[in-house]
Amino acid sequence: MVPQSPALVVVIPLIFAFLILLLGWWRRGLCYPITIGALSTSFLASLDTLYTVLTAGTIHYYLGNWEPPWGIEYVVDHLNAFVLVIVSFISLVVGISSKRSVERELPDKIVYFYCVFLLQVTGFLGIVVTGDMFNLYVFLEIASLAGYALIAIGEDGAPFASFNYLIFGTIGACFYLLGVGYLYISTGSLNMADLSQILPNLYHSKVVLVAFAFFLVGVSLKMALFPLHVWLPDAYTYAPSTVSALLAPLMTKVGAYVMIRVMFTVFEPHFSVELIPATTILGWMAAGAILFGVILALAQKDLKRMLAYILVSEVGYIALGVGLANRNGLTGAILHILNDSFMMLALFLVVGAIMYRSHSREIPQLRYMHRKMPFTMAAFVIAGLSVIGIPPTCGFFSKWYLVLGAIDARQWVFVAVLLISSLLAVILFFRVIENAYLEPREEYTGGGSELAIATEEAPLSLLMPILIAGAGILLLGIMSGEIISTIIRFAVPGCF
Amino acid sequence: MLDFIISKYNYWIYIVLMMIGFYAMIGKRNLVKKIIGINIFQTAIILFFISTAAKRGGTLPIVEHAHDHGIHQIQAASYVNPLPHVLMLTAIVVMVSTLGVALAIVIAIYRRYNTLEEDEILEQRKWSRNPLL
Repeated sequence: MVPQSPALVVVIPLIFAFLILLLGWWRRGLCYPITIGALSTSFLASLDTLYTVLTAGTIHYYLGNWEPPWGIEYVVDHLNAFVLVIVSFISLVVGISSKRSVERELPDKIVYFYCVFLLQVTGFLGIVVTGDMFNLYVFLEIASLAGYALIAIGEDGAPFASFNYLIFGTIGACFYLLGVGYLYISTGSLNMADLSQILPNLYHSKVVLVAFAFFLVGVSLKMALFPLHVWLPDAYTYAPSTVSALLAPLMTKVGAYVMIRVMFTVFEPHFSVELIPATTILGWMAAGAILFGVILALAQKDLKRMLAYILVSEVGYIALGVGLANRNGLTGAILHILNDSFMMLALFLVVGAIMYRSHSREIPQLRYMHRKMPFTMAAFVIAGLSVIGIPPTCGFFSKWYLVLGAIDARQWVFVAVLLISSLLAVILFFRVIENAYLEPREEYTGGGSELAIATEEAPLSLLMPILIAGAGILLLGIMSGEIISTIIRFAVPGCF
Repeated sequence: MLDFIISKYNYWIYIVLMMIGFYAMIGKRNLVKKIIGINIFQTAIILFFISTAAKRGGTLPIVEHAHDHGIHQIQAASYVNPLPHVLMLTAIVVMVSTLGVALAIVIAIYRRYNTLEEDEILEQRKWSRNPLL
């Protein structure tokens, strides 16, 4: 119950990002423990924030004690606090896993890596916690700029992929900024709560309509929703493995959060659903994203690229839930923000571990992987089953709510799309599992029936986060009823 | 129609500039020209924000040196709106950092491929991906 906890969540990683530069020059080995320390403190502060929200309701934190709408305000309600805990927990887990792979992939850039890593996390946390439109733009750009830099230090194709991402990301951010400008012209305010009170009288103004369109396109670019996803597969394939494990679960989810916030808090649901058919368009785009992502994932031989396309389709699931615009659909979307973060975390960490041991991520080269890395592959199977949607894992529950929402909205096409994509995901993951688990028959291996394959599991600092993520997927599945009844029930906008 | 264009000329200029920048970002094949496009695009947005703050006959929003030395009640209508200027200071910082990151990435690309033309880079990437061709 620390009253400053909403600000501490953001400020601690920000301060330590710059302290690392100083301390790293002095002792390089300090970077890793400092990062872990900063991220765990930030995680504790976010837990405290969530606890305060659950017991005492929405927190309003005035920065510098300037009252809104003049000052910048941090507003934390159930939705914020929920996403805040997800972001800080996932970045902590990725931080723990980063030790060995950063030492190997970027031996001479450790200090700068951790500095930018913490700035990236600061950006994500700031986007989630702020209650001011322009402040959100600044944090969006902090997160994006750190993301471009982190992706660019990856393997061969990374700088070029990162440059393409920069072009698209800048267009997205500029559209968002234009939207803020249009809203400011017509209302004279930048505070979200203030805007939501002024805007209903202006809903028929063309300026407000254009602002809404700019927001939607800008945020869709940042969260890589289907026709605007082109930057994502390259960027996340060539990035260093730690960076993909951080960006893939979080960047798209934070974008989805901004979309929910703009559509249902800044603008009223009445505007986004009835006055203009924004949610309907979003639903169809999302259905396209789900099918397109899964089908293109089928065509990939590179495991990491396949996961990047699965991510495109997972973004579609969240957008579909938002597009359905009913209680079950939004519950599914918000639950999927949590579940998909854990699934993507587990999958990208596993790919990082496989890369660390075998330097290859072609799917046909995964042979005997279950003997080499039994625990890692077990986590991969759990995450894969969750993406497919098999009951004890968490992926089942969010898909269940999405299907219920689609039935409530009487959108049978969306129900079909959800089921077909699950079936295609079965093919996707069993192709990998077949390569990793089933061994060729003896006559093909040339006699030697018992190949001596030593277990060479990933190092402990890499294995622990993978196991945490795998266990998390199972645990979240079992607990999903309680998560919905204590948090998500209040996070869904009231009028649904 | 002409009146409509002339009375809102600041918005027309911003739209034209923004489209020039947009075209350069998407259409040009040279990476540095793309970066210049980003800059034009962002500058257009800054111009848009600043022009919305302007008022005919408005003065600086500093109360001590106001039109009548602050004796009378302050009339908001006679001051230029300072908030868009402040917002754009931040946006300029963002713009400069974007430029810095973009140039750093372009240097990394040039070291690797020895060219800044997108076509040639894509050609080289294709060769490195399929060594058998």
